[in-house]
Amino acid sequence: MSEFLQQLLNGLSLGAIYALIALGYTMVYGVLRFINFAHSDVFMVGAFIGYYIGQKVPQNTIGGGLVVLLGAMLGCALLGMLIERLCYRPLRGAATLNVLITAIGVSLLLEYSGQVFFGATPRTFPSVFPSTNFAFGDLVISSNQVVVIVVTALLMVGLQLIVYRTKIGTAMRAVSLNPKAAQLVGVNNDVVISFTFGLGSALAGAGGILYALNYPSIDPLMGVMPGLKAFVAAVLGGIGNIPGAALGGLLLGTVETFVNGSQWSTYKDAIAFAILIIILLFRPAGLLGKVSVEKV
Amino acid sequence: MLTVQNLEVCYGAISALRDVSFTIEAGRIITLIGGNGAGKTTTLRTISGLLRAKRGSISFKGEDITKLPPHQIVARGLCHVPEGRMVFSNLTVDENLAMGAYLLSDKAKIAATRDYVFSIFPRLKERLTQAAGTLSGGEQQMLAIGRALMGEPKLLMLDEPSLGIAPKLISTIFEKIVEINKSHGITILLVEQNANLALEVSHDAYVLETGVVVMKGPSAELRANPELKAAYLGG
Repeated sequence: MSEFLQQLLNGLSLGAIYALIALGYTMVYGVLRFINFAHSDVFMVGAFIGYYIGQKVPQNTIGGGLVVLLGAMLGCALLGMLIERLCYRPLRGAATLNVLITAIGVSLLLEYSGQVFFGATPRTFPSVFPSTNFAFGDLVISSNQVVVIVVTALLMVGLQLIVYRTKIGTAMRAVSLNPKAAQLVGVNNDVVISFTFGLGSALAGAGGILYALNYPSIDPLMGVMPGLKAFVAAVLGGIGNIPGAALGGLLLGTVETFVNGSQWSTYKDAIAFAILIIILLFRPAGLLGKVSVEKV
Repeated sequence: MLTVQNLEVCYGAISALRDVSFTIEAGRIITLIGGNGAGKTTTLRTISGLLRAKRGSISFKGEDITKLPPHQIVARGLCHVPEGRMVFSNLTVDENLAMGAYLLSDKAKIAATRDYVFSIFPRLKERLTQAAGTLSGGEQQMLAIGRALMGEPKLLMLDEPSLGIAPKLISTIFEKIVEINKSHGITILLVEQNANLALEVSHDAYVLETGVVVMKGPSAELRANPELKAAYLGG
């Protein structure tokens, strides 16, 4: 039983990180109907921003940790908005395939510029938050896991408030439902799209820090696998659906951790993708997604 | 109030409007009638900035708005109720109305406009917390008009408000359009396929055919015109 709880806890903290990244994929899909493949590399840049800020702040303190977290979120938000402005906005109105290919290009650009600027050798992420283990009987919770769960929970509540309680959040939903009608009530869609990229990228930045706290070896290609998993999580939950992305992330992280702790651990990634295929066979729109007919 | 001059609009190589000119004076109800593909919807979309004119100009209250983006055109008091209603289906009626006032910040004024919208369409008040997608076609049309009114328009453009609506509700909606014009002095540009109805409620009319204005005049006169009768009014 405690073995089960332990795995569940580990799974949820991994899943929380997938969920944070998945939210960015799903929000951008919501407003622009394309998958921003560069999102996973924004996650990587978040970890590196954290790495550099982490050298300057006191180690093992909550304050230092928060500075690193907020710095990475802010840096990534700016990076995400910059990518949108320079690479995607000029393609507004172009075929989705063109934007998709551009996104892959931006992804490669970030990965290999990362190798130029940060070097290809993995670096050790500093221990910015206090790191101890809490034991409850057989159950061991690391303080970094607590940080992951608390930060993720707070960010998700914050996101929910922004999306459902603010004017810009309502505008985001409106643009996602009908971009033309949004323009006709006076929404500047470019501003909303830019805001969406900023918001999603900030979450990816937070994800990068939380991931690096628990897997403290960072390199410019570190975003590829978690990014792919988060993308799977977003599709699993129903692409474009915010609660779906959160659910998909938690589910995928949990399943992956359980498989990892079993005799089939070698196949953990294969199993993650097998789940995607099976769920999509039965629910093509994802767990919380609604089947919708693309409007012409 | 609105002057459209020699408007030409193309979709790729196909020209949808070839040469459209008309003027609207403040306080009037003007209608554009014509068959499918005549360019009625294209005209409205170009005025509201969703489409770009290849040639020609649009001026609103003396200002050239031909090249402005849609959100700046809305800000000047020109609101467009699009064809097919385009309500935000997953948002509640309340949120849809709030989106209509997106560019406004005076809370007291917004509340007053909301009350005005409810006085015209009491049905909306009963449906406040319902998702807009669950409303009937007629109710969605009321919401689309209500949402546009929330933007405090000087000129309201309505694209096919009778489309896909139960016959019983069509007359209600047209009565409300007249009421909006009379009680608040809002100028109205109405596009309709139902020419009979459009000529009945409007002051002046323009007839469009394949992207060109082929006839214009006071609606009452056009209704009596034998040519028009044969073409659009069912004999």
